[in-house]
Amino acid sequence: MSVVTLTINDKLVSAPRTATLLDAIQDQGIDVPTLCHLKGLSERGGCRLCVVEVEGSPRLAASCVTPVAEGMVIRTHTEKIIKYRRQMIELLLAERNHVCAVCVQNGNCELQTLAAKLGVTSVRYDYICPDLPMDASHERFVMDHNRCVLCGRCNRVCDEVEGAHTLDMAGRGIHSKVIAGMNQPWGTSRSCTSCGKCVQVCPTGALFKKGSTAAEMKKQHDFLLWILDGREKKIWRWS
Amino acid sequence: MATSTSSKPRLATVWLGGCAGCHMSLLDLDERIVDVLNLVDLVYSPIADIKHFPEGVDVTLVEGSVCNEENLHLARELRKKSKLVVAFGDCAVTGNVPMMRNRLKLEGIISAVYTEPFYREGPGPVPQPESGAIPALLPKVVPLHGVIPVDVFLPGCPPSPDRIWAAINAILSGGPIELPVEMRTFG
Ligand code: SF4
Ligand code: SF4
Ligand code: SF4
Ligand code: FES
Repeated sequence: MSVVTLTINDKLVSAPRTATLLDAIQDQGIDVPTLCHLKGLSERGGCRLCVVEVEGSPRLAASCVTPVAEGMVIRTHTEKIIKYRRQMIELLLAERNHVCAVCVQNGNCELQTLAAKLGVTSVRYDYICPDLPMDASHERFVMDHNRCVLCGRCNRVCDEVEGAHTLDMAGRGIHSKVIAGMNQPWGTSRSCTSCGKCVQVCPTGALFKKGSTAAEMKKQHDFLLWILDGREKKIWRWS
Repeated sequence: MATSTSSKPRLATVWLGGCAGCHMSLLDLDERIVDVLNLVDLVYSPIADIKHFPEGVDVTLVEGSVCNEENLHLARELRKKSKLVVAFGDCAVTGNVPMMRNRLKLEGIISAVYTEPFYREGPGPVPQPESGAIPALLPKVVPLHGVIPVDVFLPGCPPSPDRIWAAINAILSGGPIELPVEMRTFG
């Protein structure tokens, strides 16, 4: 396998030519925050939390969608990046209605955890408080647009792993919204197999099992690698 | 509660638009509350019967978001009279549950409670603003830092007694007030 050499935080490292910057960074045990990225799914490059500084480039690069290149010099935790990452979390919190105290995902939420970890003590922007609905038409699951961060993990797992492509993203920018079927109540979509993969990969309380109340949802992503390793590498971890 | 003229730091606690849960959590410090009261003079609090917010307060813990004119007035007053203002709990920090009404039309909110058929047991006709019986609602609920500068954010719904203890200790020892990660989650 051909490799490239690059510099991450002043350290010379090598990585396979096909790797993304995020792969190379994580290989070094460096913790870069991610939200739309999930190992096993295609990359989306939407949340921008994984941004890094690339020497010689005026723009920050989302490491999950940037391929490694020979001689690249990158920095993962400069003051500027840390400041931007905080801002992104604040914008996410201001955009929809995040009321952790009464949320199904309280205590197990990736957004909540990232906010604390990245030192978001308060949101400096005006909360938009949009009037968004919940879709409880599915017999097993609920979609709560109030908690959605538009990471698109649900869309990708439904399409790429379950093969149903029930979920999609409608609208643009702040008006984006996860939809089921042809923008219809989820429960009436005939392509949904009720597999629950979307629920398990959702980082927030936007998708949850019907009947869960505050702080009751816990999500498990490990099924994803289990399925994919089996399918692609014929490695089945039965135990 | 002592309101002596000793040289101990003067602590105030204020209750704006919140459920009093943060104050309950403060009382849940159990025997540590005695330690706190040995370290400070409690000069204003909903748990002490003091009518006016005093001058020269060192630290003020503020529970609740800013929902009505009275909250706004008190927030501004306490800011003028306090050295250090702490947003105490999620309602003060993020707007939290009280802010959930921001998506509703203001007009219907009070009448829903007073006169809607669903609340037949309610108190009856809505008091007129001139009566002064209830303060006018602000068009939108905002977190404390939406109306005054805030020095310290202590999140949690409510913040656990351990969080409160850690924050109070950091504040009183004059050190930097940075809570460990697990103590600074919202919710
Ligand atoms: S989704 Fe996460 S951040 Fe949003 S309200 Fe729920 S727990 Fe809080
Ligand atoms: S339950 Fe399965 S099929 Fe249905 S929307 Fe979610 S991932 Fe797609
Ligand atoms: S529903 Fe969940 S997984 Fe889907 S876009 Fe929203 S936050 Fe992401
Ligand atoms: S993790 Fe890279 S952009 Fe979201």
